[in-house]
Amino acid sequence: MSDTAPTQPSSGAQEFSPAQVGRLAGRFFGPLLGAVAIFGQHMLLLVRAFTWLFRRPFRMRLYLEQMEFIGVGSLPIIMLVGFFSGAVTALQGITALAMFDQQRWVGYAVGVSLARELAPVFTALMITARAGSAMATELGSMRITEQIDALTTFAVNPVHYLVTPRVVASILMLPVMTMVFNVVGLLGGYVISILVYQIDLGQVLELFRHWVDPVDYVQGLIKAVIFGIAMALAACYQGFNVRGGAKEVGRATTAAVVSSSVSVLILDYFLIEIMNVIWPSHGM
Amino acid sequence: MTNGIGTRDERWQIQIRGLCKSFGAQQVLRGVDLDFERGKTNIVIGGSGQGKSVLMKHLMGLLQPDSGHIYVDGEDIVGLDEVAIAKVQRKFGMVFQYAALFDSLNVVENIAFPLIERYRLPKSEILERVRDLLRRLDLDNVPGVEEKFPAELSGGMRKRVGLARALVDRPQILLYDEPTTGLDPIATKNVDEMIRRTADDFGVTSVVISHDMASTFRIGDRVAMLYDGTIIACGTPAELLAAPDPRLREFVEPSGAVKFGVSS
Repeated sequence: MSDTAPTQPSSGAQEFSPAQVGRLAGRFFGPLLGAVAIFGQHMLLLVRAFTWLFRRPFRMRLYLEQMEFIGVGSLPIIMLVGFFSGAVTALQGITALAMFDQQRWVGYAVGVSLARELAPVFTALMITARAGSAMATELGSMRITEQIDALTTFAVNPVHYLVTPRVVASILMLPVMTMVFNVVGLLGGYVISILVYQIDLGQVLELFRHWVDPVDYVQGLIKAVIFGIAMALAACYQGFNVRGGAKEVGRATTAAVVSSSVSVLILDYFLIEIMNVIWPSHGM
Repeated sequence: MTNGIGTRDERWQIQIRGLCKSFGAQQVLRGVDLDFERGKTNIVIGGSGQGKSVLMKHLMGLLQPDSGHIYVDGEDIVGLDEVAIAKVQRKFGMVFQYAALFDSLNVVENIAFPLIERYRLPKSEILERVRDLLRRLDLDNVPGVEEKFPAELSGGMRKRVGLARALVDRPQILLYDEPTTGLDPIATKNVDEMIRRTADDFGVTSVVISHDMASTFRIGDRVAMLYDGTIIACGTPAELLAAPDPRLREFVEPSGAVKFGVSS
């Protein structure tokens, strides 16, 4: 207790000195403050990436390379995962709907779950695992081998050269890959419901067409854009801030994948809440 | 040393005055005064963590000091804006410890990088300048070297490609960051020779950060020792050996590279 503590109140309750209060507050709010600080640094990186987007020179090649890597490179895995996600959703849907003898609704079930949830979330997670980890590793090893310092000696801003293309390419490619996921997912659903379970194609299609709204796809694509930003930021931030050696690069890669995956799932929840406000009739 | 600061000095190309830099509570540079001679090989020696790399980064404007001045050809580069710094940086070429070549670019693209980023030159001219350097640095006798990626090159070749990249924009000053660290004695000798030859052939001022004593006294025209954030000894190798500072002696003698008291 400090000597300068104020006079004791008559209640007899235990009195804390300001220093103690500070320490206690630090214990409770310290981790929270850390999280806020890291969030703030991510946002700063995002702002810097965007301000550099409009400054010369525009290195088209870097953007195309990243789009090729994030998009075309992820095509096989997205198609594989998309097909089985659609098939599994159809399978589970049919099992549940069979209780009411309403299997034809599987068209709606598969369509809407893919459009709103499965396609954007799984695409983001898959691309995080594949491209996000690679980004963090690449930037991290560029950092430890002084390649990022070398850029600055040629008056090239590393954020301009390395981060902006990756963020922009992610924003552009995640929605595209999400749509690929949707299409392949529907194909998976088709194989299970029509070919395996012999449900009437006309009815399935009719219910899909009638109940699945373009707004469902719009919602999914908005999510994909935001997931793209989250993924690219987490990967670039972690890679960019590596200090030390090869071990740190590995740690940064793990951190990038974990923080990106977690933020995708958390963002997903809040985005649903926001979208339910924007499109109330589509809230479940 | 001269005080003719503010105008271009014929002898001293870089003049550092009272340079201080702290990172948090840790004071790395505590008032460095140091001059680098035009066209000569200037070496800064010092133990690990004595601020050598920090000093080097200040020269290129990658770090801003807390106080002090750095004059390059009489122009104070401290506190310049981004555009002016970029202009000063063109006078410098930096050779990194492990070359720091861009993994995603091949040899030609690596060497051409400064030209592509800084100017709009026709492709043919860029290629011509790159090939000229490959020839002058004896890199052209390796078949298909132009298309090779850094991962396919040996350590020594990587170093020369890094040197070519630093030289391509015809800098006046070349900075070497611990060029011989981690090399065997023969490779070290080759690098020494490379530094000497480059200084002669290209007429550049070389600034070498090193803790390799043998090399330092072999190739240095001027040697300065950075100790605890200040320069404790500075002069030609012969001057340093004739009147050694005890801290310099302590640092140099264990290497067995030179003997004190006799001028080399």
